[in-house]
Amino acid sequence: MTVALSGKEIADKLEEQFPGSIVESSQDSLVVDSEFLLKVATSLKDTPDLDFNYLVAITAVDYYDYFEVVYRLTSLEHNHSLVVKTRCYERVNPVLPSVVSLWRGAELQEREIYDLMGISFEEHPNLKRLFLWQGFKGHPLRKDYL
Amino acid sequence: MAIKTEPFVLNLGPVHPSTHGVFRMRTTLDGEVVVDMEPVFGYLHRGIEKLAEERTYTGVIPLTDRLDYLASMSNNLAYVLAVEKLAGITVPERAEYLRVIMAELQRIASHLIAVGAFLNDCGAFMTPILYMIREREKVLDLFDMVCGQRLTYNYMRVGGVSHDIPDEFLPALDKFVRRMPGFIDEYDRLLKENEIVLVRAKGVGILPKELAINISAGGPVLRASGVKWDIRKADPYSVYDRFEFDIPTGTVGDCYDRYRVRIEEMRQSLRIINQAMEQLPAGAVRSEVPHLIRPPVGEAYAHIEAPKGELGFYLVSDNSIAPYRCSIRAPSLINLTALRDMVKGWKVADAIITFGSIDICMGEVDR
Amino acid sequence: MEVDEPTGMYVSTTELDITEGKVIEALKARSQQSIPDPDSWLDEELRRNIFLTTVDAILNWARRSSLWPVVCFPACCAFEFITTAASRFDISRFGMEVIRASPRQADLMITAGTLTWKMAPQVRRIYDQMAEPKWVIAMGACGISGGIFRSSYSVVPGYNRIVPVDVYVPGCPPRPEALLYGIRMLHHKISKGSIDTEGR
Repeated sequence: MTVALSGKEIADKLEEQFPGSIVESSQDSLVVDSEFLLKVATSLKDTPDLDFNYLVAITAVDYYDYFEVVYRLTSLEHNHSLVVKTRCYERVNPVLPSVVSLWRGAELQEREIYDLMGISFEEHPNLKRLFLWQGFKGHPLRKDYL
Repeated sequence: MAIKTEPFVLNLGPVHPSTHGVFRMRTTLDGEVVVDMEPVFGYLHRGIEKLAEERTYTGVIPLTDRLDYLASMSNNLAYVLAVEKLAGITVPERAEYLRVIMAELQRIASHLIAVGAFLNDCGAFMTPILYMIREREKVLDLFDMVCGQRLTYNYMRVGGVSHDIPDEFLPALDKFVRRMPGFIDEYDRLLKENEIVLVRAKGVGILPKELAINISAGGPVLRASGVKWDIRKADPYSVYDRFEFDIPTGTVGDCYDRYRVRIEEMRQSLRIINQAMEQLPAGAVRSEVPHLIRPPVGEAYAHIEAPKGELGFYLVSDNSIAPYRCSIRAPSLINLTALRDMVKGWKVADAIITFGSIDICMGEVDR
Repeated sequence: MEVDEPTGMYVSTTELDITEGKVIEALKARSQQSIPDPDSWLDEELRRNIFLTTVDAILNWARRSSLWPVVCFPACCAFEFITTAASRFDISRFGMEVIRASPRQADLMITAGTLTWKMAPQVRRIYDQMAEPKWVIAMGACGISGGIFRSSYSVVPGYNRIVPVDVYVPGCPPRPEALLYGIRMLHHKISKGSIDTEGR
């Protein structure tokens, strides 16, 4: 059975390592500040007993005040999982750091989020529209798309 | 005197007999050797995630059918598991067993097409796929008996399945399960040690183990690269923890390994169906659920081992009758991340085979 | 009551009978020999191998008996088309099992799947490259009107926005039997065509 690690415990450990990085945490997930995202992700991947080497999925949700990007991580060795979220309060041109350098599986998923939600990712090797054609106006999955 | 050649951009276009749907590969060729490749997606992007936000929870089930249209039962199952997790609904025992039987039959049907299309690409023009469609028709007849449809079933419901199986289903299923191993042996006799398949598929399109984990590959693609990860064993859902079955894995991660993994998975599916038929209890097939489901505020993620990989549904609810966000983790899209690396340096014909062995379905890639 | 005097038109029944009898005798005298068949001037062997008909009938028979479909497989209906082409619901008996990848060699486009705006220029290009005479069957609900995806931002509501359609086959997906019925309807449509109305 894949054990879903407690967001609170991991959040406490990460807070010791990177003070100020955790915005909130609960049993199911933890929310990280977007500036610390890359450091936290690297630490989650490299720490031996966490060892999150498999990125299951990246999703973005549009809550009207902010965008929330959800990273779902699993460790194949230890068979445990964790949910890390980050928020972006910009509406016009939101930017987040990309995790492609850690997990290549993020490449197409981040392009999809850029295409459908409009969130750009820094240092992504090929950030352009994935499903819709060049010249399509708007980002359809946003809640304020007509 | 050296002959100067220039690289040539060839469009293996959206309309091509072996692109398994509308997938476009912009390949840069030097002679026949692929130097670079850029995949272009989106020719079947129908906006299913956005359409799901304007339908009720039960009304999204027909939309999920059309995601991976070769494995509709699996898509339905993943979605209703997510809704049940979100709303805290339990499912009766008989419904769980029926779901397992349908999901495993669906796995067999999907792998038959996957292997048939792969061999079609190898050059055995229509013979293997016609043999496999012959078997698939038997599975589709079983599904037709249960829910009246051959391709997009809409059979699972939140809280169970939509209706009980008719009396003639179990004898017909028994007959199929007893005869199917003979058919798989027939395919093996013709193809397993076939010289042409070995030459074309062994050592071609290798996906190394570390890269497979890094790109979040799933399903037969991951297992053929040597990683023993199957969600039915690692994180069992429904009643999979009550069955005994093996997980076939490959060693090298080439096209031949992926093809063998799928054939062995079909045999394991037959084992699971046998056990499920023996253990099938009597009872209700659907728990009492309101007509318009209104889950509490929250979010849930449920994943299953679909024939193509790990299919997951992430649902966010705001206590209304429609999902606030329905996000789909599509295995085919993520399995394609490494296509460029697998294809570089090989010839055009090998590129087609490699792409065919990953076994994608465009409805899922583009959603 | 007075009855009018008979006019010259009126003849007694006996006289009518005599006139008709004379007509029959004359026809009998003329019909002693059988009228030769229109093709009796041909030899026996040729007569068995030649039949006379109209240009329209021959052309339409040839066209409808070997409609070659072109590869156009966007989505789920493609698999119902492939199973129709497979051995259980054989379309080879209609001469259609040759699914040509090159549109120049095909004359039927069975649109099997949802059309998105991104794909629409390619489908129009395939249609334009097909040589006359050509026909289109819109298969499935997505082909007729956009189907279950009609209200989406990227779906064309029906193939008849892009190409002219001859036969609509409803279903989601249509069963192979339904597709075969649609193909037979197209056969009837073709057999009603005529070369003097072609191109209009």
